[in-house]
Amino acid sequence: MSELLLDYLPLVIFIAVAMAIGAALLVVPFLVAYKQPDPEKLSAYECGFNAFDDARMKFDVRFYLVAILFIIFDLEVSFLFPWAVAFGELGLFGFWSMMVFLGVLTVGFIYEWRKGALEWD
Amino acid sequence: MRGALHMIVYALFFYLFAGVCIASAIMVVASRNPVYSVLFLILAFVNASGLFMLMGAEFLAMILVVVYVGAVAVLFLFVVMMLDVDFAELRQGALQYLPIGTLVGIVLLAELLLVVGAWAIAPHVADVIAAPIPPFYSVSNTEALGQVLYTRYVYFFQVAGVILLVAMIGAIVLTLRHKPNIKRQDVSQQVARTKADAIEVVKVKSGQGLS
Repeated sequence: MSELLLDYLPLVIFIAVAMAIGAALLVVPFLVAYKQPDPEKLSAYECGFNAFDDARMKFDVRFYLVAILFIIFDLEVSFLFPWAVAFGELGLFGFWSMMVFLGVLTVGFIYEWRKGALEWD
Repeated sequence: MRGALHMIVYALFFYLFAGVCIASAIMVVASRNPVYSVLFLILAFVNASGLFMLMGAEFLAMILVVVYVGAVAVLFLFVVMMLDVDFAELRQGALQYLPIGTLVGIVLLAELLLVVGAWAIAPHVADVIAAPIPPFYSVSNTEALGQVLYTRYVYFFQVAGVILLVAMIGAIVLTLRHKPNIKRQDVSQQVARTKADAIEVVKVKSGQGLS
């Protein structure tokens, strides 16, 4: 198993280097940057007028629908990976069990298409 | 010597992942801003994926990153941003959920103790349930999953499909609202339009105009 984990050593080094660079970029401005703030500099830049309201506002629930439909097909695809890797040993039963699974989700796909959930308006 | 070094590095990474995971889980609950909570939740997921990795469960680790970090966390962010809650007001009522939160925590703790307790009382219970996990050096984790998921555990697999279908239909039923009177482009109708039904030539007598 340590051979398996050794395969991931480059990933660990990569993450360590990325974190080091990221931390350096965060810390260095505090040390070397020239700072002389005043209220106008610190206020939000809004092309000359004062900010109307908070930047965080409600947005349309349709973004949520798009995201949840994405997750469902994401999960469907993630089930395909082990199936494809072990395909040679699964035999006919494994093949058809995946086909039934895909068929069930295709029913849902047709439903959402006909319902117009993939259209924006 | 080399084996000992491996064990030390292994333990080091285990405590790193587990420690950061628990710390960020605490921050999920304790953080004042819900958006920060979700970001700490993502950190907890990433570290849990590291723990999976240490156990040799490559596929699960990658799926945890792809599905939970990539999709579910984004969904949480959406919900948090969509709620438009007054954060200060939300904080005030947090304590009233303490009893039920404690109850859920105690139930989870009891379940965990049962699992660990069974292990401690009967160490050979793992042989009885016969975990069908082949050793890591013979087949990869992904292949080991694939060998049993679609044949031996076919019912669970199909139930997973049905649950996804229900989630899909539920999301559409709950959130899909078509605005009325929206003009959509209909390409076939546009193409089928002929000169005859688009243009009308009217003879206008001079000085009268059209009525």
